[in-house]
Amino acid sequence: MNYAVTSAGEGGFCRLMKHRAVQSLGWAAGGIAILAILWLIGGYFIANNPTTKTFVKFGLLPTLEAFPELWGAGKIQNALAASGFRLGSGLLMAIVIGVPIGILMGRIKWFRDFTNSPFQFVRMISPLSWMPLAVLVFATWNGSIIFLIAIAAVWPVMFATAAGLAKVDPNWFKVARNLGATPMHILTKVIMPAITFDVLSGIRLALGVAWIVLVPAEYLGVTSGLGYAIEDARETLSYNHLTAMVVTIGIVGYFLDSILVALIKRYSWHRGG
Amino acid sequence: MAIRGTEIKIQGLTHRYSSRTGVTFNRVDLVSPPGEALAIIGRSGCGKSTLLHILAGILKPTEGKVLLNGTAITAPSPRWVMMFQAPHLFPWMTVSQNVGVGLSFGRWSKEETEERVTEAIKLVELQDFAMANVQDLSGGQQQRVALARSLVMEPELLLLDEPFSALDAFTRSSLQKDVRNIAKRKGFNIVFVTHDIDEAVIMGDRAVIMAGSPGNIVHELDIDLPDPRDRHDAAVQALRTRLMATFQEAANYKKPESATLAA
Repeated sequence: MNYAVTSAGEGGFCRLMKHRAVQSLGWAAGGIAILAILWLIGGYFIANNPTTKTFVKFGLLPTLEAFPELWGAGKIQNALAASGFRLGSGLLMAIVIGVPIGILMGRIKWFRDFTNSPFQFVRMISPLSWMPLAVLVFATWNGSIIFLIAIAAVWPVMFATAAGLAKVDPNWFKVARNLGATPMHILTKVIMPAITFDVLSGIRLALGVAWIVLVPAEYLGVTSGLGYAIEDARETLSYNHLTAMVVTIGIVGYFLDSILVALIKRYSWHRGG
Repeated sequence: MAIRGTEIKIQGLTHRYSSRTGVTFNRVDLVSPPGEALAIIGRSGCGKSTLLHILAGILKPTEGKVLLNGTAITAPSPRWVMMFQAPHLFPWMTVSQNVGVGLSFGRWSKEETEERVTEAIKLVELQDFAMANVQDLSGGQQQRVALARSLVMEPELLLLDEPFSALDAFTRSSLQKDVRNIAKRKGFNIVFVTHDIDEAVIMGDRAVIMAGSPGNIVHELDIDLPDPRDRHDAAVQALRTRLMATFQEAANYKKPESATLAA
């Protein structure tokens, strides 16, 4: 009897531990913990080495202490708002331009042949190398940064959309036309649901690229945003503020990526995908 | 769900894919009365499927025309719906959504759509799977969804291009009977292309045999059998034998020329 009671209690805990979400959370927490421990050890060595002692505030504990200070002063919120606006605007432009062109590339062979070489050529140009041109063309720094993010993010969206459309079963178009669909119906009820998974995968890649471009673009000219906050912390030798902002970039990037992963799962109709 | 049949008139229909290719079929004439189930049989390459695609408005004839109660078929329409060899369902949709997709292309109210979708799903006996994703269904069930998707449009003419050829024998036999029963109950016309003599006898009121190159209708046979039809009945077997003989006779179409060449 006692055995049965004990077994039932352990069974509940074991079942919980075997749950896939709990396991995933456990592995993620373990990975983060190892990262934190390595950082802590690194901070210890920096603090105990006379030649690196000046940089002691790069350590984990000073960084954690900087968070409430930065949050209280509203610096994190302001930097996130400014960077979020630029990132959102740039990504939106990339989606608005990339998805329709990607659909045309996937649907019309001559358009794909016509655009492939010039697009591949422009894609290979580092987004930040457009900076001098962007500064000349756009009246504001904000405009330049949004342009840089858009030109970096448009390619993954465009090519993922085109690749998604290339995989669409042409018989779906035949069936839809056979049932009286107009070209607009085919776009909204066949093409878009069929390629949502690919478009979102492209946006996920674009987000990563945009996030990488955003910070160095904000090192120049602007007086707001995460990149500016890092540069400002470096110039004022507030190393714990600098690392706190770097950690913020990581956390926000991870959070945005998680949202897209959830959306991809939600809109994926591929079995086993 | 009220469906009416239609008179199909095929007049001098000729088709060639391009000026560089040969004529697929030449000056085909055919009349099918309202409510008839017409089987088109013939060897591969004689133009059966091309003829069916023209009837569906998916392909355009080079010459001639197809009239449905006097209306010329020039483009696809919910009045004449084609069911393909594979179901080609939309995998991101449920059974209900797939069945109602054609109605979503028209101006149907939500209530009317629901009513018609429910009835069509009931006709193909998939009520228990209405909310299931179509990827979770068997091949036979998926083909039933494709049938319901066509029936929900209440077409006057249902065109079937070897619709059950990819299914197992048991499912195929069951669907052949179901399609014929539904068509007779609702009164719409069926035109179906098949390689299967049994399928023509079980489903059809008449079989036309296409042969030759360019193709044409070389024989036809009335399948005057009572319903329900069972492939083991003596009458069905007898008609099957007759149709097979006619089919073989058609296969020898132009044989004299071949014989001369061989000689």
